[in-house]
Amino acid sequence: MKLTVWTYEGPPHVGAMRVATAMKGLHYVLHAPQGDTYADLLFTMIERRDHRPPVTYTTFEGRDLGEDTAGIFKVTCQEAYDRFKPQAMIVGASCTAELIQDDPGGLAETMQIPVPVIPLELPSYQRKENFGSDETFYQIVRALAAPMDRTPDVTVNILGPLALGFRHRDDIEEIKGLLYEMGIGVNVVAPFDAAPMDITNLGAAHANILMYPEHAESAARHLERTCGQPYTKTIPIGVAATHEFVSEVAQMCGVEPKKDLSRLRQPWWSKSVDSTYLTGKRVFLFGDATHVQAAARIARDEMGFEVVGIGCYNREFARPIRALARDFGVEALITDDYLDVEKAIEDAAPEMILGTQMERHIGKRLGIPCAVISAPVHVQDFPARYSPQMGWEGANVIFDTWIHPLVMGLEEHLLAMFREDFEFHDEAGPSHHGGHAPKPSDAGGPAPQTPRHISGTKMDEPRSDEGSAPTGADVMVWLADAEKELKKIPFFVRGKARRNTERFAADQGLQEISLDTLYEAKAHFAR
Amino acid sequence: MNTPTPVPSGTCRDAPILKERGQREVFCGLTGIIWLHRKMQDAFFLVVGSRTCAHLLQSAAGVMIFAEPRFGTAILEETDLAGMADAHEELDREVARLLSRRPDIKQLFLVGSCPSEVIKLDLARAAERLTQVHAPHVRVLNYSGSGIETTFTQGEDACLASMVPVLPATDQRELLLVGALPDVVEDQAVSLLTQMGIGPIRVLPAPRTAETPGIGPNTVFACLQPFLGDTAAALTRRGARMIQAPFPFGEEGTTLWLRAIADEFGVDEDTFERVTAAPRARARKAIANASEALRGKSIFFMPDSQLEIPLARFLTRECGMEAIEIGQPYIHKGLVGPDLDLIPAGPTISEGQDVDKQLDRVRAARPDLTVCGLGLANPLEAEGLTTKWAIELVFTPVHFYEQAGDLAGLFSRPVRRRALLKLEAAE
Ligand code: SF4
Repeated sequence: MKLTVWTYEGPPHVGAMRVATAMKGLHYVLHAPQGDTYADLLFTMIERRDHRPPVTYTTFEGRDLGEDTAGIFKVTCQEAYDRFKPQAMIVGASCTAELIQDDPGGLAETMQIPVPVIPLELPSYQRKENFGSDETFYQIVRALAAPMDRTPDVTVNILGPLALGFRHRDDIEEIKGLLYEMGIGVNVVAPFDAAPMDITNLGAAHANILMYPEHAESAARHLERTCGQPYTKTIPIGVAATHEFVSEVAQMCGVEPKKDLSRLRQPWWSKSVDSTYLTGKRVFLFGDATHVQAAARIARDEMGFEVVGIGCYNREFARPIRALARDFGVEALITDDYLDVEKAIEDAAPEMILGTQMERHIGKRLGIPCAVISAPVHVQDFPARYSPQMGWEGANVIFDTWIHPLVMGLEEHLLAMFREDFEFHDEAGPSHHGGHAPKPSDAGGPAPQTPRHISGTKMDEPRSDEGSAPTGADVMVWLADAEKELKKIPFFVRGKARRNTERFAADQGLQEISLDTLYEAKAHFAR
Repeated sequence: MNTPTPVPSGTCRDAPILKERGQREVFCGLTGIIWLHRKMQDAFFLVVGSRTCAHLLQSAAGVMIFAEPRFGTAILEETDLAGMADAHEELDREVARLLSRRPDIKQLFLVGSCPSEVIKLDLARAAERLTQVHAPHVRVLNYSGSGIETTFTQGEDACLASMVPVLPATDQRELLLVGALPDVVEDQAVSLLTQMGIGPIRVLPAPRTAETPGIGPNTVFACLQPFLGDTAAALTRRGARMIQAPFPFGEEGTTLWLRAIADEFGVDEDTFERVTAAPRARARKAIANASEALRGKSIFFMPDSQLEIPLARFLTRECGMEAIEIGQPYIHKGLVGPDLDLIPAGPTISEGQDVDKQLDRVRAARPDLTVCGLGLANPLEAEGLTTKWAIELVFTPVHFYEQAGDLAGLFSRPVRRRALLKLEAAE
């Protein structure tokens, strides 16, 4: 038993959902209680998917337990097939169903479902989300792919991108671009947008591009064994890594390592004088192993930062991360305990954090700027614009993203010059952000508060309302009761409430604001 | 106008209920912890469950407001299940560690989950044992928030019900308000009732353990939320008496709710009028503003928060909407009966869910607005249907007069947005 507050990874069946949701024509029947359907919102809200994940949950209840939960599974499975007519199905259990031991795979086998039904064994009490995605993709490939004739021209498969991945959608385009420049065709991209029929064609490629080892290494190894396809080991994140990736692919496929560098701006941006201020910035890296490994190298060799901390949450990759940390002369932090990470960052006192959604919150609490480099990520990390991490454009994007939380060179210069000026004081923060360096959050406050993605309201908006609203504040008197009431309003809308009320009072020719005025104004502005 | 105006015959109370049993797309009762832990400031909620339970809490909270919030999950591991470790000993150890790190905790809830219930981990026994160990500083209680026993808001009911047996006894004539509402709303309710001369007023759950209300044969109570059936039953068993009324949503609901309490305490018509006239007028005005976009529009409620029936009453009677289907996870007529009485027969009343069949009904009816969970909202929008996420209704202050306009606004915003956006030409 282990007390957990926030987790980097969900349970393994969420990994399976990430594979299923990325694919087309595949359906997942999950033996699980109703509450587990929360996982749908990860895809529909955080990633803004416009379809429900292709998952049917059995949603058995307590009263079913002594009776026929296996029967419920079979009915659900049959109805899901009849309704969705998928090309293939995956079936499995969530943590609760694992305990009842109904064996969804075995049950499905006894049914007359005319498409391949692939059973998943995902031990919920030992493994986590990334194991779930890797294992699920491997099982699908194992069941559906087989050796076959190669395409006459050189083609490769692109393996690993899936749903809820950090910039997977755009990384695929970058990889396709790099391949195109070398004259290499793409046979299948999977799981992203692949149908089970496409999986059966994997064997036709000459090699595999393994984009994200945490999601597809087992499948890549399997294809190497069964179909004789070699797979790439370099992750093309960063300028140097992308050059190495092109060489590796060229050699693997026996083509010229042709590349078009006309779009690559990162090296000049990094050399130009404004970037001098980046020199020796102390950064702390934490995230999934793939992205941390790439980020460490970029930070040191391509940005000129000093790396003061390196760690990852997926233990499967503890060994390479330890080796990397040794190389950088720091101690590796391998943990999935958020409080350990916070402690390590506090101790290292970096000037910037490169991390996940979790580290963004740590940064907020400690007042340290943070850029996100890895899953788990939140709704703001699924931008509408093209924003890859891999390839030449990825290098450009990373440069911009990492310096965004920092104060720019010219600006830093001004800050030093006008140190005493109220607008330019140390804590003013970068001028291209409306906000200030965040203050540590308070422990109490009004209850319940609306979490961000639920209200769409920014929780971290600056408290610019306090003390800085000249509108009417000098002439208007807030009576104690009204002032008290105002304090009960969540801080992120308090400024607006104050301004509206004062405007309303001014329009009415009032000089004092009472509790009633506050609510009259609220009613007046209600929309 | 202070008395209910019941429709003499043909209300939704007697309408046949469409009972559905299939896949449900509703959170489990663990979700209530997200707002309960904010309300009870010296309580900690320890879920005994799996990584899924921890992930649900994290996903429902959506954002990590605190480094160490007052909830957490003791994740069962292989060793606990295989009987290699005594789960009770493990739990004792984790609790001792937690309480030594968090001396501010006075009340600890052990919250059962599907896994803890399936392996029959006896949390009641654990709570008793841990209360003895950590008394008098900390009181340990337990309830189930599991998905096999509870849906979404039922978790709050289970939590409050678990507190009732340990409430101190009192013979005082007191009014108890039951339900965890944002402070700003709770204070409004207390203030209105106090102005009518009603008191003393106590609240369950109390913000701090020290303010725990007493209970006895002279207690009368009113529920603030329509999902507190078990809590109401537990309070009744302790001798308290429930005041039945429609729920305080909108001007009408708030007035009827206050009126029922005022009648119980013998408040005269003039006093009631004096106290409520101004806020009522404000509420009407705010609703009129905010509901403009809703008049004549149709609405479909997927089952989710258990607020569906009272909200349908508000939206049909005060905002001019027409309900097509009103679904609730379960229907407790002892609580929502007065609201059903006020909705004229017509809409389908459904209980439970078979989500794919229900979505077929939504697609056939093409309502102007569909109230649903977060998993369904974007997919329905992508089909051209306007939606309102139900979860916001339990996170946002929506009760009583001063919030009536906001409540209408929650529904009108998506409708107005759809009318505003001119995106088609750009596509
Ligand atoms: S449904 Fe059960 S297993 Fe799933 S999150 Fe809720 S309590 Fe945990």
